[in-house]
Amino acid sequence: MIKFSVNGKNVSVKDSPDTPLLWVLRDTLGMTGTKFGCGVALCGACTVHLDGEPVRSCSTPVSAAAGKKVVTIESMAANAVGKAVQAAWVRHDVPQCGYCQSGQIMGASALLAKNGKPSDADIDAAMSGIICRCGTYNQIRAAIKDAAQSMKKGG
Amino acid sequence: MNALFNASRRSFLKTSALAGGGLVLGFTLPGATRLAQAASVFSPNAYLRIATDNHITVICGLSEMGQGVHTAIPMLVAEELDADWSKVSVVQAPADPAFNNPIFGMQATGGSTSVRGHWEPMRKAGAAARAMLVAAAAKKWKADPADCRTENGMVIHKSGKKLSYGRLAHAAGRQAVPAKPDLKHPKDFRILGTERNRLDTPAKVNGSAKFGLDVRLPGMLIAVMARPPVPGGKLVSVDESKAKAIPGVRQVITIPSGVAVLADGFWAAKKGRDALAIKWDDGAHATLSSEGVSKMLAEGAAKGGAVARSEGDAGAPAAKRLEAVYEAPYLAHACMEPMNATVWVKPGAIEVWAGTQSQGPSQGILGKVAGVAPGKVKVNTMYLGGGFGRRFAPDFTVDATLLSKISGKPVKLVYTREDDMKAYFYRPASVTRFSGGLDATGRAISFSASVASPSIMEASGFMKLPASGVDEMAVEGIKDCPYDFPNLRVEYARREPGVQVWFWRSVGHSQNLFFIESFVDEMAAAAGKDPYEFRRGLLGKQPRYKGVLELAAQKAGWGKPLPPGVHRGIAVAQSFGSYVAEVAEVSVAKDGKVKVHRVVGAVDCGMTVNPLIVKRQIESAIVYGLSAALYGRISFKDGQVEQSNFHDYPVLRIDAMPEVEVHIVASTEAPGGMGEPGLPPLAPALANAIFAATGKRVRKLPIDTEQLKQA
Repeated sequence: MIKFSVNGKNVSVKDSPDTPLLWVLRDTLGMTGTKFGCGVALCGACTVHLDGEPVRSCSTPVSAAAGKKVVTIESMAANAVGKAVQAAWVRHDVPQCGYCQSGQIMGASALLAKNGKPSDADIDAAMSGIICRCGTYNQIRAAIKDAAQSMKKGG
Repeated sequence: MNALFNASRRSFLKTSALAGGGLVLGFTLPGATRLAQAASVFSPNAYLRIATDNHITVICGLSEMGQGVHTAIPMLVAEELDADWSKVSVVQAPADPAFNNPIFGMQATGGSTSVRGHWEPMRKAGAAARAMLVAAAAKKWKADPADCRTENGMVIHKSGKKLSYGRLAHAAGRQAVPAKPDLKHPKDFRILGTERNRLDTPAKVNGSAKFGLDVRLPGMLIAVMARPPVPGGKLVSVDESKAKAIPGVRQVITIPSGVAVLADGFWAAKKGRDALAIKWDDGAHATLSSEGVSKMLAEGAAKGGAVARSEGDAGAPAAKRLEAVYEAPYLAHACMEPMNATVWVKPGAIEVWAGTQSQGPSQGILGKVAGVAPGKVKVNTMYLGGGFGRRFAPDFTVDATLLSKISGKPVKLVYTREDDMKAYFYRPASVTRFSGGLDATGRAISFSASVASPSIMEASGFMKLPASGVDEMAVEGIKDCPYDFPNLRVEYARREPGVQVWFWRSVGHSQNLFFIESFVDEMAAAAGKDPYEFRRGLLGKQPRYKGVLELAAQKAGWGKPLPPGVHRGIAVAQSFGSYVAEVAEVSVAKDGKVKVHRVVGAVDCGMTVNPLIVKRQIESAIVYGLSAALYGRISFKDGQVEQSNFHDYPVLRIDAMPEVEVHIVASTEAPGGMGEPGLPPLAPALANAIFAATGKRVRKLPIDTEQLKQA
């Protein structure tokens, strides 16, 4: 049994320890908001927060989550930064196909949780590991800056 | 897919008649009928329902893959309905002939046809409902319908009395469906032509949007497959003992396309697949190589073939003649969501959940595989995590159907990224040889092109190479060359290296516009003319091409100074009924690295449904085109695909994203397509800017930065 918390709820799973966290979330726990894109940490679609750090869940064995806090897209609305990011995403109408957007939002909210005024270089550094084939990058950049602004206003 | 469009004109007419008939008969969906019987909903046709709480649901038969069709179709309906846009939502339709794409004559999404095909039928659906609501209100008020108008979800009498659509829903359902509802004049549009946020955005920012891969059914098994590593390869033997020893693995099944491991979850299935010990017979293509493909295509282009277009004498004497050979590689679509499908074969019927662009034909294809009639194939179209043409193919749904049929269980077949990258259905490799002639004053007097590539029409399985021997999709973008060349010849030589090819965003235009718009740039340089002015001078008879070319040049500041080291290139194209010109601003570093600073686009797509989505689709196509031009290449060695994941098939990331500006030409022309037309001009605009920066011509994609290194 491997125990950890997902979005504030304690879970224990019987998956083999080498199973990537991604597939435990999706197949075992039925939380499909986190996406599979490449399986080798090249595309970022599977990004979740592990003790506050953005990680690629496709390449993080579930054993590495033992005793830790996992946060996924499903709980972003309950998180001040996540909520600001989602609202900015809606204002900028960012998604097209939408498949990568869970990962983009998890990457952006991890960035903004630490850096309330990211520069373009900060955004490049935090977000260049997350691929969007529809090409929403300029909207992502604008939405991150807008979310940062709205967080400042919100206190 | 312009050729597909032409080929299905007859079925288009037939379907239009049927769609009209459907409206007259008040055709309703099974689901809609049930709701209508609950007496809470007005459902005049298959495409919309109005609930007593004023909520309007549009039922969309087209697949949403990022192109915005789940917003565009509701806008068409809402416009003629005079709906309150804030009360409009959209649901996906099942596969049903009522939702046939009028251009294809089947229910499918592709070829940038959605708005073109549904511009009139969907507006008629809204207009018919509006007329019935007006009739219901007039009856209630004992008034003349002519004294009633509609606005924002209300019927309003000239006296000032008003009733909401929700209040009128019951009564409207009892009115006759008008056979020929009046459509608005475009000058009266209040929703069409305005920027509206997408209806699918909220679900796509909180993880709730359901893609094919997200489908979960009780008792479902996950399948991962091993496929022959060489096209046309066959299974010799498989030792499944190690796979079966992995906890969670339930079954190993061999089907014609390979060996599948079925397990309780993806991870066990993948471990099981990786543990299979398989011997393959590589067959006839064991020595297939990219060098061999290039050679075969170059030979074809040199030899020439069927004549696609001929005017005057392309070999007429010229003061100056230039020749060049261009080449483009096979490309994978690399959709963010790898291919997958869930199928449940039950006694006498099957149910499918998939992100598919071809739910209509899937009914027939999968029904045949499962041994049931097309009408017994229920297709649930999920959101598509990218399509770009790839999800028109039936490989993943066919195999999932076979696996469910054999296992007796619901099966979700999942391609890993590597499986997806190596699963063929590539954009064809292509070589084109050009010859151009200039007179002593630098005027272009002749142009010829010889295109060699595999036939997509034949590869599609639902089209045939015409008797002319010209695959229209292989020559599109060159055959319809808009320039005023008095002598012109285009030929097509079909060559088949043996790799399954397929539609890839903008199809033949994707490579052909790179070829022709680069070569025209070469002609301009040879004539000593500015590449923008040279094109402009040859487009006198083509006002829409000329219009976008001029707008892009003007907005980009063509001819005005740029920062040191930055250079411009320009290109113009028409595809799928829309005209797009792009100017790329590019610098090339000493080590040959290319940086794209800005792309300015101008588009004439006729009347616009949603300018916001138009701009985003152009930008999207620019990014997709940049990835291809800068990095995209599927290559073969010893019969095998060399690429496997995003490390060796790189795509554009945010740190390389240029600034993008898109300008729309105001137009009253019929709407053009939007998902694809932004792509074709990108590669040549980029390559022409590289020429301006370095004096070096890029004649082969992807761009070889080694070749651009400064000594």
